[in-house]
Order: sequence, then structure tokens, then C-alpha cells
Amino acid sequence: MASETVLELRQVSKAFATHRAVVDVSLEIPRGAFFSLLGPSGCGKTTILRMIAGFETPTSGEVWLNGDCINGLPPYQRNVNTVFQGYALFPHLTVQGNVEFGLRHKKGSDDINRVNDVLKQVRLEGKSSRRPSELSGGERQRVALARAIVLQPDVLLLDEPLSALDPQLRKQVRGELRDLQRRLSVTFLFVTHDQEEALSMSDQIAVMNAGLLEQVGTPREIYAQPRSRFVADFLGAMNWIDGIGVRPEAVSITSQGRKASVTDVSYLGSFCRVEMKLEGGEIIAALAPPGTSYTAGQAVCFTWNREDEIHL
Amino acid sequence: MKTRRGLALYALGAYAFLHVPLLILAVFSFNSSRFAVWQGFSLQWYRAVADDSNLIESSVNSLIIAITATAVATVLGTLAAYGLWKRASSWLSGSLYLSLVTPEIVTGVSLLALFQWIFRFLHLRLGMHTVILAHVGFSLAYVVVVVLARLRNFDRSLEEAALDLGATEFETFWRVTLPYLGPAIAAAAMLAFTVSIDDYVITSLVAGVDSQTLPMVIYAMARRGVNPALNAVSTLIVFGLGVLVLLSERLRRA
Amino acid sequence: MKLRNAFLAPTAILMAVTMLAPLAIILVYSFLTRGAYGGVEAPSTIENYTRLWDPVYATIIIRSLWIAAAATALCLILGFPLALFIARSGARKNLYLGLVILPFWTSFLIRTYAWMFILRDTGIVNSVLQSLGVIREPLPLLYNSGAVILGLVYGFLPFMVLPLYATLERLDPSLLEAAADLGARPWDTLVRVILPLCAPGIRAGAILTFVPCLGTYLTSDLLGGSKTVLIGNLVQNQFTASRDWPFGAALSLALMAIAIGLLFSVRRRGEELL
Repeated sequence: MASETVLELRQVSKAFATHRAVVDVSLEIPRGAFFSLLGPSGCGKTTILRMIAGFETPTSGEVWLNGDCINGLPPYQRNVNTVFQGYALFPHLTVQGNVEFGLRHKKGSDDINRVNDVLKQVRLEGKSSRRPSELSGGERQRVALARAIVLQPDVLLLDEPLSALDPQLRKQVRGELRDLQRRLSVTFLFVTHDQEEALSMSDQIAVMNAGLLEQVGTPREIYAQPRSRFVADFLGAMNWIDGIGVRPEAVSITSQGRKASVTDVSYLGSFCRVEMKLEGGEIIAALAPPGTSYTAGQAVCFTWNREDEIHL
Repeated sequence: MKTRRGLALYALGAYAFLHVPLLILAVFSFNSSRFAVWQGFSLQWYRAVADDSNLIESSVNSLIIAITATAVATVLGTLAAYGLWKRASSWLSGSLYLSLVTPEIVTGVSLLALFQWIFRFLHLRLGMHTVILAHVGFSLAYVVVVVLARLRNFDRSLEEAALDLGATEFETFWRVTLPYLGPAIAAAAMLAFTVSIDDYVITSLVAGVDSQTLPMVIYAMARRGVNPALNAVSTLIVFGLGVLVLLSERLRRA
Repeated sequence: MKLRNAFLAPTAILMAVTMLAPLAIILVYSFLTRGAYGGVEAPSTIENYTRLWDPVYATIIIRSLWIAAAATALCLILGFPLALFIARSGARKNLYLGLVILPFWTSFLIRTYAWMFILRDTGIVNSVLQSLGVIREPLPLLYNSGAVILGLVYGFLPFMVLPLYATLERLDPSLLEAAADLGARPWDTLVRVILPLCAPGIRAGAILTFVPCLGTYLTSDLLGGSKTVLIGNLVQNQFTASRDWPFGAALSLALMAIAIGLLFSVRRRGEELL
């Protein structure tokens, strides 16, 4: 295992009584990276996270952390920590109590300082004596983070931590999480079904579907060079014209080109989405300036650049 | 709405039905005559109670039994509820359920049969210890039901979080789950205490001659006919238990 | 899983000792013969069970069944409106619920004695009726089946009200609004919507009331007198005065069989307590 790989999954599979959640997945996660597991619900990404944390045992395959196989270890003996989807803050403890919780086993004379440091990092200093019920959703999420970070794990596992926040907050927290990760240089393994989140935050993305690993790569690679139909469709929208893939933003409506008739124009604030029907009956979409207006049935022409084509 | 008024009126009647008998007992415990005709205020019956050494001794016995049995049943029952919540055991659940539905008289006589059979081999007799054992036996199911009900609402991810942060299974139980169970454990203890202190049927069968409990003495008095001293005892008990209930409600809310 | 097994072990042992072993012994005893001085003797027999069909004992069993059924039915009829009231009382729910549960926390023995005090010949009811001139001689209100049923209803009403309340409280108010919208009057809504949805609560309450009523001992002893002998009294008698342990054992098991049979017939998935 290369020294820059902190976490490795070797042909890991997990089968439950009713279905196979993870099928033969192998991954290498570089140290210090913001690595995302992206896929629709039920694709197995949370199961993988739980196997790394120690709450599920792989049916076959191995999990290696820092050069050691951790398959048989219980969660409390693994140097990974989880930020749970519902945060799982202990309601009977204060913020301070929650963050200190895991330190009982990691004795250090600088405990108090560590806790205060971490609280400062997540901008919660001054709220250490509050209870979880007195905090907002965003604050609770930061406590969950602080509680895990203070233990300095080899990998921090995050299970859809932004899904409970409202959209405005989500955008803001995305940036904060990214900054935090860079500052701490901790390896983040981030699970999400939101492709915009994954694209904007990650160094690398692993796309999963129905238990299988579809593709691993940087955000640009995954978006611009998808290797399967699923990945192409999952990351952003995709038009398929005669078997060739073209993104809506690459399609321009011009005076010359292939013919189509407009079926719908949706105004989305900063741009319009124009749906058109081709001669063969397929529907494709294009993006147009916000001032665009067409009537239904209007005939238009469109074209795209060769370089923007995606061939599978 | 008419139905609402009718319902409220009915409820008033129902509450009267539930509470008035005890009020009547209390009122007549202060009556200077032993008949159900008011003849003047008197504390003579309460004095009679204070002078009755049999009553005092049996009350002490009842308290000792109830406190011991409650303590044991609450601890063991809480642990059992947690164990069952982690992974079900149909035979243990089955026997606890059986314990709840077996009529008291059957529990009593079967325990008597058990003890008599055991005493052939061990030189023991019926006494406080057999009563305490019996009380723990029938209280366990109540404790398990109450604690298990609260556990069913517990968010499992809290335990996973604790494990994730380095706590062992026992530490997780001790530092995370047990604090959550606090109110249920208190409620279960109160239930076990009440069930124990009030038990007549089972206790009378397994108590033997030396250990009289308060219900046994009360029963003997009631059997002999109505006695206003019994009204006094009843009122004291109801009052005492009522205070206990209010106190524990206060504690629970705190 | 070691922790979980350690947690279960003490309770498992206690259940085996205080529940299973005694019942096993009783089962064995029921097939033996009574000893000369009490206890049991060797010759095994099924006579104890055949004796149950003797009209004397059959009468007692039937009497116990109908008294328990009457008490349960009354508890249901009287308890349902009360549970409905509490469920609809909004903010004061807990107070009203507490007022129902409070008597339950006081001694069952004392509450039974209270009715002795009230119903006896020189008790409140008779004294008041006599002083009002309604009756000349005291009414024999005590020491009969009616008194027993009254005592049972008084004792077990909370057991019926609680499960009923629990089901009613969870009732979605929008269902009632939908019924009204579709033209149902209050009584219709009660019969066609509320009652069917309450069925689990009714079942739970009925079982929690009927089974203890069937095996009652104290209530029939104190309020029923020598004329109202029920199964519970009969069993107690066999193990004390009559010294016929094997018959008492058979009787106990018959009682349990009835209770468990009823429980199984009413059970539904997902309504378990344990």
C-alpha cells in the first residue's frame, strides 16, 4: 500500500438477508484528501461507511487502515470517527460534555486545551455549557464535527451531514467544511447523494450504483469524462442524441443546425432551460440566457461543439 | 358542544366513583363512633393504631420487604430489559409474560409448593427471605415492561456514536443509555414498590408464622368485621402513598 | 454479546426459580394423590382433573367466568367515555390521567375494604337510605355476586382506561373531521370510525381486566362472603384448610389454561408488551 494511502478497501462485499448492498468494491483513499462517496439512496455508500467504522462486518474482503487490517476490530478500537446523519448528540450532556466524551480513553494533559481549540475551530466557543436541545441545526452539526475531530482520527467519516440543513445554510456550510478540512489536513470520507455537493467539495469522487463502484476520479474527470451511462446521467443533466452524449450547457440554439421544436421554457433565475423535441421524437434540453422566450411548437435550430461530445 | 358537556359531566361522575369511597373512609376515620353516622370528631382510632404493636411491627416488615425487593427487582429488571432490547429472547420474554398473566393465587400456591419441596433438602422455613424472593419474582416483569417501553423510543445511533468515540459496550450502557433511562427506572421502582407493599395473596401463602406483613394484618382485621381503626390505617397508607407518588412526579419532572 | 448475556442471566435464573420451576412442580402435583397430613403422595392419577367436571366445581368455574365477564364488560362501558374525555381534554390530559391512576397506586386491599365499609348493613348507603325513610330494614348489599362485581370494577377500571386512552390519544383528528365532512353524526362517527380504530386498545384493556378478575381472590373473599366462592377462593382453600394439594394444583392449571387460551385467541402481531 502506498504510503499516501491512509484507507484501503480490498474487494469488500456485504450481503444482507434480503439483498446484496455492496459488491466487490476496492478503493484507495489518499491521506489528507476530501474523498466523496456519491450515489443514489440504496447504492451501498452508507453500508461502506459503516463497515469502515465497524458497525457492519464485511461478508468478504478487507478494510485496511494505515497499513493494518481492521476487519475484526470493534468500533471503539478503530482510529476512525463518524459524524452521524442525525448527529447523535448525547442529550444529557452539554456541548463540552459531548466533545470531551471520547477523550476519556485518550488521556492527555492538554485535554482542556484540545477541547477549547476544537470548539474555536468550529466557531462554538462560548456555547460549551449549552445542551443540544438549545442549539440550532447548524450548531448541532458543528458539535458533532468537533466531537469527532478532537480525537484526531486517521479518517473522519461523514454520513450525509448536510442533508438536515436548509438550502441556504447548506451552501455556506459546504465552504466551511472544505476550509476546515484543509486547515486540519484530516482525511475526510464524505457520503452524499447530492452531486453538486460532491463536485464542489471533493478532491476525488467515487460514484456508486446498486452496490457497485462505477467510477473513481476527480470532479472534472467524472463530469467531463464519465465512463458509464449511469455516471453521465447522475452527474448533472445529459442529452443523448443518436447515442452521443451532450450536456445541456454545451448545446446552443442557433440560426443554423439540426431542427427541433420547442416544447417548454423554464425560467430559473440566472438562465432558462429550453426543452425541445427532435424530428425523431426525443426530448433534449439546452440552456439559454434568462431573457429567452419561445412559444410552444416554435421551430428552432441547435448545435454543439465536437470537443463537448461524450462517447461511451 | 353538547357531547362535550355530557362527557365532562360523565367524567365527573366517574371520578367521584373512583375517589369518594376513599374519602368516605378518611372522613369516618375521624368519627368518634364506630357506626356510619357522624357523631363528632375524634382521633381515638389513630391513637389505637399508634398503640398497636402488631401493626407497627408488620409495617416495618412490609417496608423492609418492599425496599429490598424493589431494589433487587429494579436493578435486575433494568439490565434484563436492556439485554432484551439488544437482542430478543423469546423464552425469557415468554416467562416474563407468563409471570404477568398468571393469577396471583396460582403464583402463590406454586411458590409455596416449591418452597415446601426445597425445604425437604435444606433446613429452612418460610419467612422474610421467602417473601422477598417471591416479591422479586413477580416484580421483575413490571420493571422490564416499563424500562423496555422507554428503550423502544431510544435512538440507537446514540449508542453507535459512543462506540465510535471509544467507549466499550458496558461504558456505552453506563454513560449514555442509563442516563436516558432514568425516568423509566424511577417509574419502574415506584411500580415495584407499590406492588410489593400491597401484596396480600402471595405473601400470605409464603410468609410463614413469624413474618406478618401489613396487608396480612389489615386483612385479618377486615375479616373480623368493620373496625374504624382500619379506616385510620387505610387513610394513613393512602396519604403516605399519595405523598410518595407526588414526590416522585416532582423528581421525574425535575 | 457477552454483556447482553450477563445482563440477562440473573433475571433468567430468577424466572426459572420463581416461575418455571414452581409451575413444573404444580404440574407434577396435579397428577398425584393427596397425602394424609397434607402434601402429596406417590400414586399418580388423573382423578384431580376428572373431578373438575363435577357439577359442584363446574358451577364455581362458570360463576367465576360470568362474574369476570360482567366486570370486564362494565369496565369497558364505564371506562370508554372516561378515556374519551381524557383524550380530548387538551392541556389538562396529564392531570386527568393522573386522577385515574392515583387510586390504583393506593392499596387494593384498602380499596376493597372501603366498599365493605360502604355497603354493609350499618354502612353509609343503608344509613342514608334509612334516615331518609326510603327503606325500613337495611338492604343486603354486601356478601353477594353484585358486590363482588362492583369491587372488581372499582379495582380494575384504571386497567381498562389506560389502554383505551392510549389508543384514543393516537387517533388522528383529521379522520373524525373526514367522517363529519362525509355526513356522519357524532354517534355514527363513534360507532363506525372511533370504535373500530380502538379495537387494539379494547382488546388490551379487556385482557388486562378479564384475566385478573377471573383469578380474583381478595375481592370475592371480602365482598362475596361464603356464598360467592370463585376459583381463586377454591384454590386457596385446597392449599390451606382442605389440604388437597393435588386437586388445588389441577384447579390452578385449569385456571391458567383458560387465561392463556383467551390471551392467545385475542393476540395480534405488533401489540406485544414484551
